[in-house]
Amino acid sequence: MSAEPGTPSAPGSSTVPDPSAVSDPSAGEAISRDEVAHLARLARLAVTDEELDVFAGQLDVILGSVARVGEVAAEDIPPTSHAVPLQNVFRQDVRRPGLSQEQALSGAPAAEEGRFRVPRILGEEA
Amino acid sequence: MSTPTLIEFDDVVARFDPMLGLEVHVELSTNTKMFCGCPTEFGAEPNTQVCPTCLGMPGALPVVNRTAVESAIRIGLALNCSIAPWGRFARKNYFYPDMPKNFQTSQYDEPIAVDGWLDVELDDGTIVRVEIERAHMEEDTGKSLHVGGATGRIHGAEYSLLDYNRAGVPLIEIVTKMIPDTGARAPEVARAYVTQLRDLVKSLGVSDVRMDQGSMRCDVNLSLSPKGSGVLGTRSETKNVNSLRSVERAVRYEMSRHAGVLLDGGTVVQETRHFEEQSGSTRAGRIKETSEDYRYFPEPDLVPIAPTPEWVEELRGTLPELPWERRKRISAEWGLTAEELRDLVNAGALDLIEATVAAGAPAGEARSWWVAYLTQQANTAGVPLEELAITPAQVARVIELVTSGELNNKLARQVVDGVLAGEGSPDEVVESRGLKVVSDDGALIAAVDEALAAQPDVAEKIRGGKVAAAGAIVGAVMKATKGQADAKRVRELIIERCG
Repeated sequence: MSAEPGTPSAPGSSTVPDPSAVSDPSAGEAISRDEVAHLARLARLAVTDEELDVFAGQLDVILGSVARVGEVAAEDIPPTSHAVPLQNVFRQDVRRPGLSQEQALSGAPAAEEGRFRVPRILGEEA
Repeated sequence: MSTPTLIEFDDVVARFDPMLGLEVHVELSTNTKMFCGCPTEFGAEPNTQVCPTCLGMPGALPVVNRTAVESAIRIGLALNCSIAPWGRFARKNYFYPDMPKNFQTSQYDEPIAVDGWLDVELDDGTIVRVEIERAHMEEDTGKSLHVGGATGRIHGAEYSLLDYNRAGVPLIEIVTKMIPDTGARAPEVARAYVTQLRDLVKSLGVSDVRMDQGSMRCDVNLSLSPKGSGVLGTRSETKNVNSLRSVERAVRYEMSRHAGVLLDGGTVVQETRHFEEQSGSTRAGRIKETSEDYRYFPEPDLVPIAPTPEWVEELRGTLPELPWERRKRISAEWGLTAEELRDLVNAGALDLIEATVAAGAPAGEARSWWVAYLTQQANTAGVPLEELAITPAQVARVIELVTSGELNNKLARQVVDGVLAGEGSPDEVVESRGLKVVSDDGALIAAVDEALAAQPDVAEKIRGGKVAAAGAIVGAVMKATKGQADAKRVRELIIERCG
């Protein structure tokens, strides 16, 4: 799974998932301020206290609106994840030309030794 | 960080029951990646096996590799799993640059294979049934190189360099249920399970399962429960366990460490740990994120996979004879003891001998060549037996030439040397090196007469009935013919000429 086992946030766990969602729209408030702060931290966004208030309010409205879909969904309609009724769309295991190293790196802000160069990742957890 | 208190292994098992779980990742050896047509070769120049899809560029769309799905189903079936009739991929979101998409496409709560088992045989013949919770499909991540840190590790690094050649290579993750009641044998069970899983996957031909190259990787989950209490402890997950021996060592170390924490009155932290090969110890990594932090949701760009029963049965029909069944059969056929069989397996010779037998050689001779002369050559060259530059069919041909009397054993070894040196097939080496038993009696008689004339005293003894003395003449004739004579025939001729 992870190329660098144990690096922060790299996919590591395969514990059988606990499908508890981030928000529960049925409970008055669709998303709490704490949840927004948590999501911001997961995305490494530096959000100020004032911004948290603003975003929590805005996200609450958005989630509340989307949650109204649940009001019209009947018992016999399963949650929809895909808009088109297709399944088993496969590709043969045949190679296709990709990008050259130069092309691959051409849009990168920084590159070195044929690799993408990114800022050090840990910072806050190191 | 303080040095952990380690408890003697015997004390650990006297006071605690180890609860063991293993997660094994197998990189498939498909021609292309899981969701795009990029090659999957190991060791290519960085970022030369990439395309807009595996680089996560806007607008690029993934399409599932059919062969990878088939491999996943075959692995599931070989592990006695049920194959899910319907399932979706999911996005596992996390902040780390080893996936340029910013998420890993994986299977979450709808794995392709569930509820299987593998019967694992320990060295003394004990069978432990390991329950398989699930096997699911996902994609491998890119490789990071941390620059500026003292050890190439992320801590202390100034920046990181990313190679995405491996990003998107199909992975199958195989997760066991908790393996209870292994007691003192937990390390051995862990190793035996991974070994047997490796052999199984290898026999399916879906991965080269090289732990040293990372195409098979193991995470060890371990917790301790106070003996007989049934109360589950907090588990640690140890990564970077890159050899079979390390699997065993990691389990043993974590058992001693957990016991140290618990007997000191402490609490085990749920965390990821890294196994360190040199010291055989583990060190703390990150505190584990909870699964909701990954914000899984169904992958909208990939449609569900719904294997039909016909497809699954067709794939079941392609399963080979399982490695342990095959070993049992071969043991019986060749009349091997359990130890002899284990030696052959450990030497990596079993497949080679079987292939040699399949190419027409008698089992005894095939075995003898591979475990004696060829093993010596492999040791001298410092390569695994299977990497010697000779095929089982070529060995079978050499054996055939010996059986037919065209080569004697000494010449046969020279032929093998020639093949190993890249001089061509056995027949080509025989031809080019002029290695043939001299079967022309005329030439041999001349050599025998010459040798008898050169050693008249020996000749006299033979004539006097001391047949044992003929050895000296045989030696002389062999020398004169550069070893290319059939010693048995030479001896016959000597007796004849002295008669």
